[in-house]
Amino acid sequence: MENDFSAAHAWQITSAEHMECGHMACPGCGASLSMRHTLKILGAQTVVVMPACCWAIIAGGQPTTALSVPLLHTPFAVAAAAASGVRRALTAQGKKDVQVLCWAGDGGTFDIGLQGISGAAERHEDMIYICYDNEAYMNTGIQQSSATPHGAWTTTTPGGKEFQYAKKDILAIIKAHNPSYLASATIAYPEDFYAKLNRAKAASGFRFIHLLAACPSGWKIDSQDALKVTRMAVDSGVFPLLEMDDKGRLQQTCKPENPISVKTYLQAQGRFKLMPENEIAAWQQEIS
Amino acid sequence: MQKQAILLGSDAIANGVKLCRPAVISAYPITPQTHIIETLSEMVDRGELESQYIKVESEMSAIAAVLGSVSAGSRSFTASSSQGLAMMHEVLHWFAGARLPLVLVNANRALGAPWNIWSDQSDSFSQRDTGWLQIYCETSQEALDTIIIAYKASEQLMLPIMVMIDGFILSHTMERLLIPDQQLVDDYLPAYQAPYRLDPDDPLTFGAAAQPDLFYELKKTFSETMSEAPTVLKNCEADFRQAFARAYSPVMRCPEGDEKSDTAIICCGAMTGTARVAVADLNKRGLSTDLLKIRLLRPFPKDELCAVCRDKKRIIVLNRACSYGVGGTLSQEVRAALYHLEQRPLVNDVMISLGGKEVFPETIAAVIENREELSSVDCNWLK
Repeated sequence: MENDFSAAHAWQITSAEHMECGHMACPGCGASLSMRHTLKILGAQTVVVMPACCWAIIAGGQPTTALSVPLLHTPFAVAAAAASGVRRALTAQGKKDVQVLCWAGDGGTFDIGLQGISGAAERHEDMIYICYDNEAYMNTGIQQSSATPHGAWTTTTPGGKEFQYAKKDILAIIKAHNPSYLASATIAYPEDFYAKLNRAKAASGFRFIHLLAACPSGWKIDSQDALKVTRMAVDSGVFPLLEMDDKGRLQQTCKPENPISVKTYLQAQGRFKLMPENEIAAWQQEIS
Repeated sequence: MQKQAILLGSDAIANGVKLCRPAVISAYPITPQTHIIETLSEMVDRGELESQYIKVESEMSAIAAVLGSVSAGSRSFTASSSQGLAMMHEVLHWFAGARLPLVLVNANRALGAPWNIWSDQSDSFSQRDTGWLQIYCETSQEALDTIIIAYKASEQLMLPIMVMIDGFILSHTMERLLIPDQQLVDDYLPAYQAPYRLDPDDPLTFGAAAQPDLFYELKKTFSETMSEAPTVLKNCEADFRQAFARAYSPVMRCPEGDEKSDTAIICCGAMTGTARVAVADLNKRGLSTDLLKIRLLRPFPKDELCAVCRDKKRIIVLNRACSYGVGGTLSQEVRAALYHLEQRPLVNDVMISLGGKEVFPETIAAVIENREELSSVDCNWLK
């Protein structure tokens, strides 16, 4: 079900903003742009729940806030459970049309928060869970998570993450819970991003979207190249844009017009500088 | 109107919770608390209780789910015990810091290792510094009543309250008690009106980072509210007495004790019942002893305790929780409070039971009979 971007409904950006100026994100941060557009799609009738992650800082400290929708900060491991409670209270109050958006990084999703997400998914809690994945614990200073790809340098993988420890397949894990919507996306492919967020919004039950979000300081790239490099992740096949179809199969939604090699993607970033040639070749083999 | 019933402790608690009409309940099983959430689940299933019932996958999620629901403005309930309460620890701090009202029932049970499912108070005493009010109950009637009182106090203070029962000793035993009418409870406990909530029509951010000076000011305010808590609680207890004809207070003198005695036993929870029997017998035998029950552990009611201990020469504290390397946890609290008296009584720190070790009236009587042998410096473990 490749997206038809000529269709007017798939690709409209409202001028309404629910993320304000003055946020604390670094230049080129993929997570901040992702939030801005997510909220443009979900609208004002949204409650955001977030654990410890870059966004817990980006949103701003008291008495400021970057969001003009309600925001609940939670401890690291419990965002999905807290979002479940928010959802149930809103339901009890008859506010069924308010979207609950659980917004977490890869550490809070792939690692410490995974149990709570499994619980919320198993209960089919009516929420949209978005993991903005910048592929390491960037907020604490670039430590490896189970979303860090093999070969990547982080402060706890100083020689590059060993090849046997590939990035955890989060979509497969969530898919095993039979979610009502499941996709991967990135704001670097905005038409695809908008189409998917709109479909997630229209659905109900537990909806999960895995967003790839560049972190210039963690990926060792120039901030001006953040979107370009994120597009390269898709174009190289390292981060395919997927969506679960009616039969529960993950289908590619957006085939790169100009495919590139894995090596080209990796060479655009400082974090893969130490990755041996044979491992890059093996990675290419896996994708092809 | 109040209806007579003979109920299991856990059922009595579930009835108390039901009367408070929580909109959201999160539940995860752990012995000996499980009967409480089972009974609530049946009430929801039968349509007697209109609640969103969330069967979470851990205690960490149980407390987090109600963190979410109370933040969204709905009265909520959860229960736990032992390892489960320990697992909640991080969110317990967060809950109180967020100034959210909640009633959590903890069925007191030992913490491993080794595994032990029986009663002691190590689990909740370990959570003294989380910013929650803590109330310990002697009977199932007291637990049922305290839940109703606690919701009222919690929502006035905007602070969470932990209500303790001794696992098995109360949770798994039958008691004759009175269940108040719904109308009586509705009149006493109005529907919760959250001053702030997650509301898209009035968007606010909850829990954002606070810089050191602001953080300090917020904690100072928190501490000031805690200082007012005994008064607020006492007012709620007085209103309860008016409406339900049962009296409670942060520190309670037991009538079995001899008020004029210069020796007093201090304990908390269900063991007070055993101590009542022991003390009544001791007084009959001429071994004059007073008996004081600590109901409120946090904030510690130091003024109330000092008032009743002013003329005592010896205080014997019976502990069911240990701060290893120091001694009985309750003894530390009592000693710290009585330090402010000009004439400080001797305090004997007695570790009467851990991990469900049975306490008989004779166990307590033997401590009193041999009181001259007790150390007043070190913790006294039973021989």
